[in-house]
Formats: sequence, structure tokens, C-alpha cells
Amino acid sequence: MNISILKNAILVFAMASYCSIAFAEGSVPKEIAAYREMISDGNPAEFDEMRGEELWKKPGGPNKVSMEKCDLGKGTGVVKGAYAELPRYFPDTQRVQDLESRLITCMTTLQGTLESDITAKPFGGDNYKPEIESLVAYVVGQSKGVKMNVSLKHPKEKEAYEIGKRVFTYRAGPYDFACSTCHSQDNLRIRMQNLQNFSNAKDAQDSYTTWPAYRVSQGLFRSFQWRLNDCLRQQRFPEPKYASEVTIALTMYMAKNANDGVYAGPGLKR
Amino acid sequence: MNAKWAVEIVLAINLAFLAVPAEAADKVDAELDAKTVAIIKRDFRDKGIAKVERLNQDEVQALCTKFLDKPPRKDRERLEAEQAQAIKWPADGKYMGDWKAGERLAQNGSGMTWSDKPDAPAGGNCYNCHQLAAKEIAYGTLGPSLLHFGKIRGNTEATQRYAYGQIYNAKANNLCANMPRFGHMSILTEAQIKDLVAFLMDPESPVNKD
Ligand code: HEC
Ligand code: HEC
Repeated sequence: MNISILKNAILVFAMASYCSIAFAEGSVPKEIAAYREMISDGNPAEFDEMRGEELWKKPGGPNKVSMEKCDLGKGTGVVKGAYAELPRYFPDTQRVQDLESRLITCMTTLQGTLESDITAKPFGGDNYKPEIESLVAYVVGQSKGVKMNVSLKHPKEKEAYEIGKRVFTYRAGPYDFACSTCHSQDNLRIRMQNLQNFSNAKDAQDSYTTWPAYRVSQGLFRSFQWRLNDCLRQQRFPEPKYASEVTIALTMYMAKNANDGVYAGPGLKR
Repeated sequence: MNAKWAVEIVLAINLAFLAVPAEAADKVDAELDAKTVAIIKRDFRDKGIAKVERLNQDEVQALCTKFLDKPPRKDRERLEAEQAQAIKWPADGKYMGDWKAGERLAQNGSGMTWSDKPDAPAGGNCYNCHQLAAKEIAYGTLGPSLLHFGKIRGNTEATQRYAYGQIYNAKANNLCANMPRFGHMSILTEAQIKDLVAFLMDPESPVNKD
């Protein structure tokens, strides 16, 4: 463990200095690809995965029980491959859930944690790393190499997809933006940042299978809920409630469009 | 029974069968649309200057959403005319300001997000979507290139007026365009829009000079 921390510290440092040069030169995607190759067995998100695994296995919350009895959809305690099938319908809660909302279910029902304690500050900052974010890192890492296989068999799954598709094209706010303003054409950019077209299977796969991700520019591991939150900020919308139905529907829309892509997260992003 | 009748009856029956599922599908779609709006209105909250009222669509946003940016021609033309009517043209009849101030605005990509301060003036975000001066290579491609805009179009009063109108309200020219309505939505002031017109048109501006 100590050695891994050291290794990660070195990685982060190396990456930070390497990338500041890469950014200055303005060819970010190519440089990151090169860097990824250079460190092919190391992503600072590994540190979050390890912390998440520890949190998953050790007794926690007011009830002092571990998360090992959590059902992520493939049966009690099964973590391997679970993320590649999320979001999905859960009979016990009678709703479609993404990873984060399902983790909240387990943290509240098994461990006795208050939901408001989890959702009050769900995204990490300089000196703050919420448990749920590390749990996310651990769970998604356990689907590495697994093909995305999101189902729309249950009527509520189909409905979530249809709603997500509609939210994606909902234009509003002072700039008249929708997700589709920036993400429904091939090969466009905002400034130097490439925009992915989520109605194109290849873009949807490349993108969805590399989130959640470690963001080099922020030096932090970021969940998919964070990605949605930040795009809605740029959309000049108000803030989406964490793990709310609107965010789950959007996630369902994108996850389903990424089906058959091989999950490769946690990713590494600019 | 003559043959023509028989054909008409068969057609009528066929149409009846076709009509039922189509109507049912429309009903499901309408229900999903309504449910989507209800979920959107419930699942956001105010943050900083970004209040939930922003989710209420005006007629333009609602129509473009409903028809995935391809609205029926009649509605489109009516609303484009309404948007054009609402443009506030400069009282002094001048469209050009200071191109240097316009360049700074074009570079500035901030404004109107929940992380922006209430009193911080918004930028123009132009480089997010357009190529402008040749020396700036960090430009987006959501909109067309505006490199040499004034040189190509000619720095006439008519083109200045066109540029002013396009920045003030792009939806007056094309209802579901992806460009924000900077004047109509009070993102930029009249003086700022004039500075941007100058940046686009002035022969001394790097948009045209280099
Ligand atoms: C104003 C433009 C804009 C809007 C509107 C927008 N996005 Fe984005 N989105 C971006 C940019 C720019 C990036 C790349 C960010 C980066 O490189 O840091 C991005 C990245 C993403 C990514 C990660 C892609 C990857 O491969 O890393 C996802 C997922 C995403 N957006 C989803 C959405 C969704 C869903 C919405 C609507 C709720 C949305 N975006 C609205 C500009 C936008
Ligand atoms: C989010 C993207 C976006 C932003 C930001 C944006 N534009 Fe545009 N702009 C477009 C698009 C898209 C078009 C094409 C309009 C259409 O489809 O009708 C356009 C068209 C134009 C045109 C007309 C071009 C022509 O050939 O007639 C001008 C002029 C223009 N923009 C200027 C600006 C200026 C100045 C700014 C900054 C204040 C700006 N734009 C900001 C997307 C954008």
C-alpha cells in the first residue's frame, strides 16, 4: 500500500509536469494518448479504486456493516461486471438506478447512513474525498474488459431511455442550449476540446467506456454524475440534484447507446 | 357492388387499422414528453445565478425542442418574424464600436453559469464556436469560420446591420440556430455588440487584416 501511494504520487507529479507542456502545445488528445501508453499500467485513479475497495469491505456507517451485501444488479455482493449493466431496474426499490443512486440505496439501507449526508457534498475537492466517489472508482474498475450490456427489457428501463433521449434535446436557459447543441454532430470542437456525438455509436462507446475518469487538469477522480453536473453548468442550466431521476435518465440514454463497447474505465482525461 | 366501391372499402378498412397504432404511438410520445418536462422541473435546483426558472422554455425553445430543430415552415417563419421585430436597433443608427474591446469579448468564454459572480459581465464566447482572427488557433467549430468576415462581405452599412442583428438575435435569421441570442437574452449590451461588429468588420481588426 505504501509503495503504491508512492508510485501514484510519482505518477501524478510526472503527469502534471508532462501535461502542462502538452497543453501549452495545444495537441491534448494526442499527447494524452501517448502518455497513456507510456504509463499503460498506471492511472492515478488506481488510488481511488484501492480506497474504494477498502471502504467496500470494511464495516462502516452507523450500523457498522460493510457494503459486501450490496446488490448492484447481478446478485448480492457481485461487483464484477456490474457496472457494464447499469443503469437497470431494481425490484426492491422499484425504479431504474445508476451506480451512484444504487450505492446510496446500499449505504442507507445496509450501513444506516443518512442520504442527505451523502448528497450534501458528493464531489471531491482539494482536501476532500467523499466515500461514494471512491466506491464508484472501485466498482467501475471491476468491469474493466467487460462489454457494455445495458438492457431495455423492463418497461421502466425503456421509459428511462426515452426520457433521457428527450432531456438530451431539451433546449432552455439564457443560451438556448441542449446537450444536443454540443453533442449531436461528428468532429466538432468547443475551443480545442473535442465534442463527442452521442447519437453515433462509436463516439458514445469511446466516451462512455472511459468515464468515470481521473482528470489530469484537476488532479482528481471524477464520477459520471460529476461529468453531467459540469456539462449542465456549461449549458447554463441550474444544478441537477445528485443521482436524481433526470441524471439517471440521461445516463441510461448514453449507456445504452454505448452497448457492445468494451468498458475501459476508470479513464484518464485532460 | 362495383369495383371502385370495393377498392374504397378495402382502403378505408386498411386506413382504420393503420390509424389506431399510429394514434396510440402519438399518445405514448405525448405522455413521455409531459413526463420529461415534469421530471426536469422537479430535479434541478437554484445554484448561484442559475435559477430553476431558466428551465421554462420560451416559444422558440419549445418549438425547436419539439421538432428536433426542424420545425414546420409556417411556425418557423412566424416566430422568426417575431424575433426580428423584437430586435432593439441602436438609436444612433451606428453599428460599429471599438474592435479591440470586441476582440477581448470574443476571447472571453465566461458568463451566466452558476460559477459566475452575479455582477461579473459576461463574455461573448465567440471563439468557443468560431474561427475569427488568423493568429488565434484555439477556436471551436460549432459555427462557421468568420475569418476575413468584413473583407469577404464588404464593410458596408448593410453588412454591419446584418452582423448586429445576427449577434443580437441569431434566431431571427434561423429559428433553431445553435448560436445564443446575445441581445435578446440580455447577455451582452448594445455597446458590447457594437464592439463585436467592429471586430468582425473593421479593416484594421485582425479578423480582416492578417
Ligand atoms: C456548451 C457545450 C456543451 C453542452 C451544452 C454539453 N456539453 Fe458535454 N462536453 C462539452 C465539452 C467541451 C466536453 C469535453 C470536456 C473536456 O474535454 O474537458 C464535454 C464532455 C462530455 C462528456 C465526456 C466525454 C468524454 O469522452 O470524455 C459527456 C459524457 C458529456 N459531455 C455529456 C453531456 C450531456 C449529457 C450534456 C447535457 C446534459 C452535455 N454534455 C452538454 C460541452 C458541452
Ligand atoms: C454555441 C455556438 C456559438 C457561439 C457561442 C457563437 N456563435 Fe455565431 N454562429 C453559430 C452558428 C451555429 C452559426 C450558424 C447560424 C445558423 O445555423 O443559422 C453562427 C453564425 C454566426 C454569424 C453569421 C455568419 C454568416 O456567414 O452569415 C455571425 C456573424 C456570428 N455567428 C457571429 C458570432 C459572434 C460575434 C459571436 C460571439 C458574440 C458568436 N457568433 C457566438 C454558433 C455560435
